[in-house]
Amino acid sequence: MSDTAVADTRRLNSKPQDLTDAYGPPSNFLEIDIFNPQTVGVGRARFTTYEVRMRTNLPIFKLKESCVRRRYSDFEWLKNELERDSKIVVPPLPGKALKRQLPFRGDEGIFEESFIEERRQGLEQFINKIAGHPLAQNERCLHMFLQEEAIDRNYVPGKVEKEVKPKGTWWPWRIGRLALS
Amino acid sequence: MSFFGFGQSVEVEILLNDAESRKRAEHKTEDGKKEKYFLFYDGETVSGKVSLALKNPNKRLEHQGIKIEFIGQIELYYDRGNHHEFVSLVKDLARPGEISQSQAFDFEFTHVEKPYESYTGQNVKLRYFLRATISRRLNDVVKEMDIVVHTLSTYPELNSSIKMEVGIEDCLHIEFEYNKSKYHLKDVIVGKIYFLLVRIKIKHMEIDIIKRETTGTGPNVYHENDTIAKYEIMDGAPVRGESIPIRLFLAGYELTPTMRDINKKFSVRYYLNLVLIDEEERRYFKQQEVVLWRKGDIVRKSMSHQAAIASQRFEGTTSLGEKSVQSWAFD
Repeated sequence: MSDTAVADTRRLNSKPQDLTDAYGPPSNFLEIDIFNPQTVGVGRARFTTYEVRMRTNLPIFKLKESCVRRRYSDFEWLKNELERDSKIVVPPLPGKALKRQLPFRGDEGIFEESFIEERRQGLEQFINKIAGHPLAQNERCLHMFLQEEAIDRNYVPGKVEKEVKPKGTWWPWRIGRLALS
Repeated sequence: MSFFGFGQSVEVEILLNDAESRKRAEHKTEDGKKEKYFLFYDGETVSGKVSLALKNPNKRLEHQGIKIEFIGQIELYYDRGNHHEFVSLVKDLARPGEISQSQAFDFEFTHVEKPYESYTGQNVKLRYFLRATISRRLNDVVKEMDIVVHTLSTYPELNSSIKMEVGIEDCLHIEFEYNKSKYHLKDVIVGKIYFLLVRIKIKHMEIDIIKRETTGTGPNVYHENDTIAKYEIMDGAPVRGESIPIRLFLAGYELTPTMRDINKKFSVRYYLNLVLIDEEERRYFKQQEVVLWRKGDIVRKSMSHQAAIASQRFEGTTSLGEKSVQSWAFD
């Protein structure tokens, strides 16, 4: 025999949403494009750079728009910095393609158009995955990579200073941790 | 020892007096199959008869004694040799002698205490059974019959809602609420998730029911986690101020009541795991324990007289620590 009473399944009451929140721009806007590969230099001293363009409204980034040029070894540098200093699992970079750097190839090796395009896509995936990670966003190396003209390899690694809260902001004391895996 | 009740010469069967009227409940066996067993509650009397059928009516059966036992025991799979018996009752049915014809022996275990619910888990099993034994010089003849015990509770006096604000600083703040902290097995979890700050790209949100079976003590504690249910509550990206409702019907899932520190041997606890997944497959989660309890069916007039008496006489405690009145819970 089942119960005669039916459980109360009505929704819990909630505050109506503010219309500017509902229809305004979302607070999580972050887009990074990697494009315009250019090979610079001659002969054995050639290398390819890519434009890294970022648009965001996240307050943790100083600039809402930035555009810098980076090469593959810069991405490797960023990966190493994050692996050392942050607790995140850093996604893989597209391959180093050492084979393509050997002499006597029939094609252009690492300057082959199709290879560059493949690499561009891999780098774009890599940077977008990292830049959206809440823990990576705390690292100075990421901000330097994305928003400063040149990477200073002698920089002091560390965390970014958080935004200063205006006086009187209510910060709930019982805010619990949300685990992130 | 022959466990199937077959000696060379005799067939043993255990029959309950109220087999016609007693309800049966489904219970999973160790290998995952579902079988039906007679259902008993704490305080109920277990009575019946042990019937012996001689295969060859001309051959007498010599024996060293016939008895019946009612056993409640806990078996840890990693320590199979040791059964921990928490209920052990025995009735002698016949002194050493001879059986010359098929016959039946009556037995009654009056108002037996059955403090815990039957449980078959990943690493531990708690079972109740009747065991009839014909002792003989070389080979005992043994017949076992398992029963299932359910522990019932009434609506808890205190059942506050669970409400908490959690998050990752400056990235994601949510407030989650579940309407109760204690749910019965056919209950509905009603709740909501309110978004205070969303600076990550959320793809979807789900709520999982996790069962954690804990066996062992001290340094040898072992937790076995099992995701019983995954229920998507939101698909898409929320913004600040949005409220997502939760309505999760528990009756559709295989759940047991929360069992805390049963005979100091094991526990079974349940957790709601709220999981948010972003576009890069990162998972943000918050686990919260909920207490599950078993609600009794509505008392029916056709219920056995014994059970009615037992229900009036007994007040026991359940694994919740709540007082459970054995005249059963109904709305």
